[in-house]
Amino acid sequence: MKLITHNMLTSKCLKGVTTGYPLSIKATNVKVTEVDFNPEFITRIIPKLDWDVLWSAADSIGHSEGLPKTVEPKFEDDEEFLKKAHRVLLEIEVEEGHLTCPESGRQFPISKGIPNMLLTEAEVQ
Amino acid sequence: MAASTKMKTPYQNHIDKADFDHVYEPAEDSFLLIDALEKDLHYLKVKNPTFCLEVGSGSGVVITAFGMAFPNTFCISTDINFKACEMSATTANYNNVLLEPVNMDLISFFVDKKFDVIIFNPPYVVTKTEECGGTDIVASWAGGVKGREVTDRLLNMIPKKLAEDGTFYLLLIEENIPNEVVEIMKIYGYKSELVIKRRVRNEHQLVLKFYK
Ligand SMILES: C[S@@+](CC[C@H](N)C(=O)[O-])C[C@H]1O[C@@H](n2cnc3c(N)ncnc32)[C@H](O)[C@@H]1O
Repeated sequence: MKLITHNMLTSKCLKGVTTGYPLSIKATNVKVTEVDFNPEFITRIIPKLDWDVLWSAADSIGHSEGLPKTVEPKFEDDEEFLKKAHRVLLEIEVEEGHLTCPESGRQFPISKGIPNMLLTEAEVQ
Repeated sequence: MAASTKMKTPYQNHIDKADFDHVYEPAEDSFLLIDALEKDLHYLKVKNPTFCLEVGSGSGVVITAFGMAFPNTFCISTDINFKACEMSATTANYNNVLLEPVNMDLISFFVDKKFDVIIFNPPYVVTKTEECGGTDIVASWAGGVKGREVTDRLLNMIPKKLAEDGTFYLLLIEENIPNEVVEIMKIYGYKSELVIKRRVRNEHQLVLKFYK
């Protein structure tokens, strides 16, 4: 699971949960793979993300070093920044661990890089 | 420069045939969906989607074909069958596509209105209600009443999860009563269009698209 995906996941479909965002991450195995740098792609994705959530997620798995806490207005011209964002968004992956709902504490295992978010009928809103 | 008007078929020879005992093997319906996207390639290129989601990606051929044609789109897939998520990941990987599979029911865990494109080739075979709702190979085809039980649950989530200017592609067969689906989506405020249809043996398959 990459951190872009984490940015888009909420457990608000759980019974009794109102926001369910962001899920917290506990990683036991983080993989870093090299991915071709595509500045155009990174530039268009950044405004569509919740940067605070991304930063905290990166921090929680030990990869926030050098990553700015806020996005500057002219970020698209800052190649160094785009490269850092690229690394955090696309190259870092949680292979094993779990996600936790901030309200109910329900845990969702991540195995082989795939979050398992299957619910029992009783858990659904 | 003329943009390509074709979509490539993903390489699939990496898959061990025995794995298709557990995961839906790409068939005519899978390829009809790819053909529908290819037919709509110009429309989609103009839209230039940021996020694309395939629901029930199975082997991953459809979303991988999409990712190959749209290198600037971030692709995500879901499947209720964990083995399908694994196979989708490998198929994308072999074809150099970045794909994020998540094991979940439909699209229930995503934040609202993120997806520019949503694609679904549902379990569409008419069966008893009891047969549908599992997480194994049966879930790849068993569609319950009218073959629509899983599809109708997704239709209900589309207005929440699809971006305002997003497009939803859905494969159906005649037995699913496509006109009813068009009516349901009209109530939710969507226009619809038939993208492609084909007869495969005794099955009439078609792909509809929905947008505001
Ligand atoms: C007809 S197969 C299509 C597979 C692949 N997209 C293709 O076109 O070859 C339907 C897929 O939907 C998945 N599925 C069924 N019910 C689902 C649900 N409730 N949520 C997510 N995926 C589901 C099945 O496991 C299966 O992989």
